[in-house]
Amino acid sequence: MKARDYLIEEAMPLFWCRGCGNGIILHALLRALARLGKSREETVVVTGIGCFGKADDYIRTHSIHGTHGRALAIATGVKAVNPGLTVLALMGDGDCATIGGNHLIHAARRNIGVTAVVANNLNYGMTGGQFSATTPQGARSSTSSFGNPESGFDLCRLAGAAGAALVARATVYHAALLESLLVEAISCPGFSLVEVMSSCPVYYGRYNGIPDPAAMMRWWQESAVPASRYAELAPEEKQGRFPIGRLGGSDRPAFSERYARVQEAAQAGAGRWIQAGTDR
Amino acid sequence: MAKAKKRFRVTLNRAWCKDCGICVAFCPAKVFEAGERGEALVAREEDCTGCQSCVLRCPDLALEVEEATPSQAAEAVTHGG
Amino acid sequence: MAARTAFMQGNEAILEGALHAGARFFAGYPITPSSEIAELASTRLPARGGVYLQMEDEMASMGAVIGASAAGAPAFTATSGPGFSLMQENLGLAAMAEVPCVVVNVQRSGPSTGLATRPGQADVMQARWGTHGDHPSLVFAPASAQECFDLTVEAFIWAERLRTPVIGRADVVVGHLRELVALPDPEDGRALASRPRPQGPPDDYCTYRPGPDGVPPLADFGSPYIVHLNGSMHDERGYPSADPAQAGRLIQRLVAKVQARVGEMVAVRHFRHDPPEGAPPRPAVLYVAYGSTARAAREAALMLAEKGVPARLLQLKRLWPFPDSEVEAAALEAGLTVVPEMNLGQVVLEVERVVGKRRPVWSCAKSNGEPITPDEILARTLEVVGA
Ligand SMILES: Cc1ncc(C[n+]2csc(CCOP(=O)(O)OP(=O)(O)O)c2C)c(N)n1
Ligand code: SF4
Ligand code: SF4
Repeated sequence: MKARDYLIEEAMPLFWCRGCGNGIILHALLRALARLGKSREETVVVTGIGCFGKADDYIRTHSIHGTHGRALAIATGVKAVNPGLTVLALMGDGDCATIGGNHLIHAARRNIGVTAVVANNLNYGMTGGQFSATTPQGARSSTSSFGNPESGFDLCRLAGAAGAALVARATVYHAALLESLLVEAISCPGFSLVEVMSSCPVYYGRYNGIPDPAAMMRWWQESAVPASRYAELAPEEKQGRFPIGRLGGSDRPAFSERYARVQEAAQAGAGRWIQAGTDR
Repeated sequence: MAKAKKRFRVTLNRAWCKDCGICVAFCPAKVFEAGERGEALVAREEDCTGCQSCVLRCPDLALEVEEATPSQAAEAVTHGG
Repeated sequence: MAARTAFMQGNEAILEGALHAGARFFAGYPITPSSEIAELASTRLPARGGVYLQMEDEMASMGAVIGASAAGAPAFTATSGPGFSLMQENLGLAAMAEVPCVVVNVQRSGPSTGLATRPGQADVMQARWGTHGDHPSLVFAPASAQECFDLTVEAFIWAERLRTPVIGRADVVVGHLRELVALPDPEDGRALASRPRPQGPPDDYCTYRPGPDGVPPLADFGSPYIVHLNGSMHDERGYPSADPAQAGRLIQRLVAKVQARVGEMVAVRHFRHDPPEGAPPRPAVLYVAYGSTARAAREAALMLAEKGVPARLLQLKRLWPFPDSEVEAAALEAGLTVVPEMNLGQVVLEVERVVGKRRPVWSCAKSNGEPITPDEILARTLEVVGA
């Protein structure tokens, strides 16, 4: 299948705003699926609620359009009963890291074989550009007109520390890199997270002086630094910059592999447990 | 004899394009141009190098770049691109 | 026919019922008085190739149940008050996206942490209206360990058949009660709970095109029939739709598909206790009760009959959809109705709605973390009978 074959063409044009990064991520994902030769039937897309959470409207695989923040929980249930499926959780930063932050760290800890794709546009797009748990300190939003008093999460470090098997970051400007990171992540048996720094020109851009879609792309181009080079930057050079590429992960058996052993043990000792209650 | 330059067809799907200007800003060969109302135009298809970067970065999946078949390439030459 | 009988707790019987009906997945978060169900599920499910997941909270538990069910595993969870509150949003997702699942709420007293783990029945209306928006509600309420088994099987059957969430609403008294339970041959449980499946060419399949019974066939994630589940308003393909006509039809269908089948579902149980021979004829008193309170009401009925008043008990095994016709018939046959319940009066409102002004309906309410005793019910009855 080609990338376009995964696209629900009847649903086009995309619902997203002019210059929104979500479409770039969607396209990269479809190309990654095509590169991996994934069939529609073996692939399940789980979304939360938000602008990027509407990505399932355009994808011709199995899908469930869930609830805000709970995509990873739903995806966990899918993968746990059918480890053969390729399960993708598509979320905004609000979905994944703010309301759903607890599920994120536990999905990483559990090492469930789901790929989380996070469109990090640094705010809540769908509800009108309020700050989220990834909005940088000082940034403006529709609920932080005096500058965000809180600091934002580094999602990759968060997921990595919680035990994810693979964490990676790209931006919508680095679309080819994004595609190959997605290919890597989807091939990873444990929990993988691909954070995509994405443009929301309409809110984040407008509130922070970069309302033009091309200017926002330029901003990503300039702030992202390949991980190997980033490590060598002086602290002052790191200001306003972030690393992209594969950023970490830990090599542990995936949940399904470990749970298969639980099932074996339970089956071996079945006699002890099968008889519930006291027979009379 | 000079080796024939590869030709590409750049298709812009008007119905999906939102005139965001990203292709205009980032095409390394400056194939695109913004029209009077800011609309994206394929102005210099003959300069396309087939790098696909506009396809990857178009937020609306509105662009396709394919290598032109020899007849299309010939046609483009005769009609001055 | 019972293959064997076993002495077991209500919660254990719920687990047995779930396994008998074909459950293959449980996700939960521990909370007394439901935790025995999780503990048993953690060993019994993997032993039969199923999965037990201990999630990080009840929102996640409900989400995982929906995901597992969508992937084809009959799935359930068990919780109590605080956890049931956290499940409400995803319960709505299950109703709207039409994903079968069973949620067991072993009730305790509230609100909030309340008198944690003491008895209560104050979640009746929550079970009906807990999640936002118009939605179907199918709720069973066991009063014994045997009914814990039977009604859990019933819950799975209807959840799968109707593609809807079903709530099993036990209370701590029933959940922790130990009684003899007749267990059927496991073979009889095979395929008890089965969902309607699509037929015909996969390309023609629509996730939400209803069959003649209003229930759309459901394929599993992984099948060649591509499934688009959607908790937002959607059309027959599962694609989002904001068309009011479409939305109206969908909401109506969600409720109607359940309502249409109530005639086939378990509803009530009748008990009659008449005074000794020769007692002067008097109008009967009807008790309408459910869960553990039905047991106390039965005792009260016996005592009342001994005092010369014919006593009837209508035990509600299904709370929602409310068994209107059964309640109406029983209430009109009696002189008055008393509704004992461990809350400030929830089911009594439904009984009043059904009976109207045709007969007096009295509440016998208690909400302090203690079970209602037969003596209390009797005292309240004598008070209102005298009135
Ligand atoms: C429980 C709940 N709370 C709030 C909302 C409202 N809501 C919908 S989307 C959203 C935030 C979306 O932000 P994000 O997840 O970052 O995605 P984006 O729209 O930026 O792609 C919120 C708060 C909701 N749908 N559900
Ligand atoms: S509001 Fe922002 S994130 Fe949402 S579609 Fe528009 S640009 Fe994209
Ligand atoms: S990048 Fe795409 S949407 Fe934007 S102007 Fe070019 S063709 Fe149109």
